[in-house]
Amino acid sequence: MAKPDASIWRLMESKGYSRREFVHFCRFAAITAGVGVAGLPRVVEAFQSRPRPPVVWLHFQECTCCSESFIRSSHPVVADVLFDYLSLDYTETLQAAAGHQAEAALHDTMRNHPGEYILLVEGSVPLGNDGVYCTIGGRTAQDILAEAAEDAAAVIAWGSCASNGCVQNASPNPTGATPIHKLIGRPVINVPGCPPIADVMTAVVTHLLVMGSMPELDNRGRPREFYGKRVHDTCYRRPFYDAGLFVESWDDEGAREGYCLYKMGCRGPVTYNACSVTRWNEGTSYPIQSGHGCIGCSEDDFWDNGPFYRHLPDVPGFGIESTADKVGAAAAVAAGAGLALHAIVTNVRKQSEIHKRIAGSVQETEIGEGGDD
Amino acid sequence: MIEAAAPTYFRLYVWERPVRAFHWVNATAVLALAITGFVIGNPFRMAYAAEAYQQNWFGTVRFVHFAAGWIFLVAFVARIYWGFVGDQYARWRHYIPHTRWQWREIVEVLRIDIFQTKVSGEFSSGHNALAGLTYSVSFLVYAFQIATGFALYASMSDAWVPSLFVWVVPLFGGDAGVRFWHHAAMWFFILFTMIHVYLVFYHDYVEGRGTTSSMVGGWKFARVDTLTAPDQSDEACEPDEPAESG
Repeated sequence: MAKPDASIWRLMESKGYSRREFVHFCRFAAITAGVGVAGLPRVVEAFQSRPRPPVVWLHFQECTCCSESFIRSSHPVVADVLFDYLSLDYTETLQAAAGHQAEAALHDTMRNHPGEYILLVEGSVPLGNDGVYCTIGGRTAQDILAEAAEDAAAVIAWGSCASNGCVQNASPNPTGATPIHKLIGRPVINVPGCPPIADVMTAVVTHLLVMGSMPELDNRGRPREFYGKRVHDTCYRRPFYDAGLFVESWDDEGAREGYCLYKMGCRGPVTYNACSVTRWNEGTSYPIQSGHGCIGCSEDDFWDNGPFYRHLPDVPGFGIESTADKVGAAAAVAAGAGLALHAIVTNVRKQSEIHKRIAGSVQETEIGEGGDD
Repeated sequence: MIEAAAPTYFRLYVWERPVRAFHWVNATAVLALAITGFVIGNPFRMAYAAEAYQQNWFGTVRFVHFAAGWIFLVAFVARIYWGFVGDQYARWRHYIPHTRWQWREIVEVLRIDIFQTKVSGEFSSGHNALAGLTYSVSFLVYAFQIATGFALYASMSDAWVPSLFVWVVPLFGGDAGVRFWHHAAMWFFILFTMIHVYLVFYHDYVEGRGTTSSMVGGWKFARVDTLTAPDQSDEACEPDEPAESG
């Protein structure tokens, strides 16, 4: 076995891979990272000279669906990158160590590789009641995150919990769940989704490995490459949308024909993700392909923008089952009633005023005698 | 029995041509935007074809909405420009209460026209101070609707203008929030139109100064003997020509 800080090429060599196989692997990595085959020399250079970066994977308020998604990366080669060729030093879910041993591994990594390790965070951080809702080894999540983030080479927020708070952060947010980019004073790569797509996760990590820098982010900290387009933009049902052919109820003819799910509350038009391009489970399908609308799981506040099966969310403060249109229509009716009342009052109150004007009006026969001149 | 002397009227040219043009372009754009926006928010069933390639009506509705949105934006910007170069009735001063006199007039309008605790009285020949303030507020809503609309539009356009509004999206959490508020703000336009049209009719009915037709021809009328409230703008309001007598 090669030393823990050996390069990926050294590691592969020690396992008996040929140089040709190594370059072939680099080509996959280059494509995954979005630099294309033209970027191959860079990848080869990085993988043979740079020591494989240690990785710390923290779990806070989450359900581990991100990890579950991640280990189903459809590219076995890429999965290899992460489990064999990254030095995954600390991750509660997958590590063999436990208790003090595990904590020791975390601290060793932070002490021995300052500025080198990649910090992956899964889950939000509760701030309520001094953070007692999530503690590990007697320390609060907030504490652990602050320490781990300080010397990390890069920080990635896995999933909606870490990126925008997800369900814990939904109103009324009893634990004060907070996305991590609000807690640490440095750029965070947000990879939202509940969970994020496995291939997107591996691609983001591969980008860091290959390029040694963050991918291009949008104004919400998400990699443009995967979150630059809406699910709607590349949805295979999009032509039905433009044609105005919609599913009207779950068991109608339109549903059988595979029409657009827009009227069933599909969040595809307001959700930025790569689902309709990469799809899930080795490119098998994605929610809309399975006949269910997108619920917008990679968007901020998606739990608060419900119900999932209606186009517009409920109006906060107006009770259940009130859309903006119902509130607006009620306001319009009230305004109409007010105007009618005003018209009646005007005719009563201003009667003499109006009559005075009518009486003061010039008669056609008077023009020429008393008219103005 | 009847007061003898028939009143003398002045013709006042209150709405310049660009102001009238803005009014009707804007009204048409808002009407188109509200109708198409409603359809986009809740498309009706119109499946006379089974295959997507056979029809494109929803795409057409969206195209009309976006085109009208552009017209709305251009008209809005042009009107703001005119608020700095137009005549006294079109100037920004007329719309933003910044003098004691304007605030007094707002109170008077509330007393005479809205709550009618006072029966008679007439106001400035252009917009009265309360109307001016209302239009200022409505311009803020226009700006809101433009910002949210173009922020949503930015994801489907490579044009420069929509990209100016992408910063709006994070303020609402995401496109879903922007869409909700863009939709909710449409109700302002509906309520505004109801009240606006009612008040035009009201003023015409009670005052007989040609309020309704003024937005077509530009003219309002003022009785010499009741022209009590002089416009306090920097340029004096000179009624330029007496009414034609026949």
